[in-house]
Amino acid sequence: MKLVTAVIKPFKLDDVRAALETAGVAGLTVTEVQGYGRQKGHTEVYRGAEYTVDLVPKLKIEALVDDLDADDVVTAIAKSARTGSIGDGKVWVTGVDALLRIRTGERDHDAL
Amino acid sequence: MISTSVAASTVAASHFDFTKLNTGDTSWVLASSALVLLMTPGLAFFYAGMVRRKNVLGMLMQNYATIAIVSLVWVLVSFSLAFGAGDGFVGWFHFAGLQHMNEILPGYDTSTIPPIVFAIFQMMFAIITPALITGSTADRWRFASFVPFIVIWSIFVYGPIAHWVFAPGGWLFKWGALDFAGGTVVHINAGTAGLVIALMLGKRRGWPKEQMRPHNVPFVLLGAALLWFGWFGFNAGSALGANNLAGYAFVNTNTATAAALLGWIAVEKFRYGKPTTLGAASGAVAGLVAITPAAGFVSPMGSILIGVLAGGGCAFAISLKSKFGFDDSLDVVGVHLVGGIIGSLCVGLLSTVDTNAAGTDGLFYGGGFTLLGKQAVAVVCVIGYCAVMTFIIMKVIGLFTNNRVTEEDEITGLDLALHGESAYEFGAAGGLAHREDVPAEAGPANSEVTV
Repeated sequence: MKLVTAVIKPFKLDDVRAALETAGVAGLTVTEVQGYGRQKGHTEVYRGAEYTVDLVPKLKIEALVDDLDADDVVTAIAKSARTGSIGDGKVWVTGVDALLRIRTGERDHDAL
Repeated sequence: MISTSVAASTVAASHFDFTKLNTGDTSWVLASSALVLLMTPGLAFFYAGMVRRKNVLGMLMQNYATIAIVSLVWVLVSFSLAFGAGDGFVGWFHFAGLQHMNEILPGYDTSTIPPIVFAIFQMMFAIITPALITGSTADRWRFASFVPFIVIWSIFVYGPIAHWVFAPGGWLFKWGALDFAGGTVVHINAGTAGLVIALMLGKRRGWPKEQMRPHNVPFVLLGAALLWFGWFGFNAGSALGANNLAGYAFVNTNTATAAALLGWIAVEKFRYGKPTTLGAASGAVAGLVAITPAAGFVSPMGSILIGVLAGGGCAFAISLKSKFGFDDSLDVVGVHLVGGIIGSLCVGLLSTVDTNAAGTDGLFYGGGFTLLGKQAVAVVCVIGYCAVMTFIIMKVIGLFTNNRVTEEDEITGLDLALHGESAYEFGAAGGLAHREDVPAEAGPANSEVTV
């Protein structure tokens, strides 16, 4: 099993979700996060005082998938989240040792 | 002895003739009183939106406490100090406790509203004036110093200055300086006190290096809307009747505010590239401030000029604090002191007897420099007296208790440190901060864990 994690532009969530549904991903966790990469931050002006906001709001999405599906899911996210301009985010895959569905007690592949 | 008996007989002869009161005028001034009261909660939210999340309740508390404190002080003594028969400087104690409210107030012989109605209307002005100060001193004034300050300042600063300018027996009023609804008494007065106390308390910890963005800009806009709404009572109510002058004051108030809002965001657009909502709210308030002394003396065209000058001028004036390095946190100086001065001086330029026969023509209406000179003297005298008295009052309170919060309390935030509350509970896991299995006695230790 793999955990696919992506940091994306918030307005791309709907597109990514649709792409993941098409790819057969059954569940998704979304978190509002802040951070910076090459994009860096932006400035805001309040009554003439300039504030540099270093951290940009993003969404972090996480999905547990089968080993064989991981590549397809990564491609689906990358395609659907891409705008081509700076700040599109990243996708990465990590291995998962064990998995359990709390309600039924199913384990590993059955719990996906 | 002779003079005493003459005075006594005058008093006895000056009963208010309640058969002559005008019910339309009375109802308008009563409604206006309620409108003006609403301005202080409006101001509280205008300011509270601009502070950081940890100081929201501290700001609201100072404003709501001011409503309560000044309400009592006004009844007990400061109405009498402001509007009693005095020596031109202060009205003394004849009306203390709101006694003798069946007598004509000195100088108000033709009044069509009962003295007690005038007293409640003026109370609302006395409330909002010290409340305005709280913007410049945000996030660092101890509540235990703030409360006595408001009591003493209402008695020794607001009462006398209101007497000079508003009471027909006051020396500036008699001399011919004009202030329709409180450009000097309210805004220059509060702006000056705000500057002095901000300097005495010192900068907020971390200012100007640390980021202190407004935590809730929509609060600021809602607060500005309440101020705008209440200000119709402030200015149009100051006509003290439901009449043509009230209509002029109402129109001038709205017109100047509209022009100032546009003036401020135009300056922002050219200086920083984007017009902001905070700028729109600030511009509106700057316009309301500047039109206050002029509302019942100028023409609607004059009010547009005042609004543009105030909106544009105050948008620049808020940069003064960065230039000179004083932490006027929420721009009480830039908006109220500067806006009040712009408005008070504009009366000397734009006042016209076409709007108010009881006024005087200003420079632009052929009246020469006389009125402008008197306006300038009034501005300087109010600033001087208020600055000196505010300084003394803060020094005296400082002998008994600290004026500024401790460093630890300032970092924690006034909400938790001074009032034991938090303004907001965010998120599904927020309840974790209030574990029910922790006994109440373990409070301090528990709060250390959660902070």
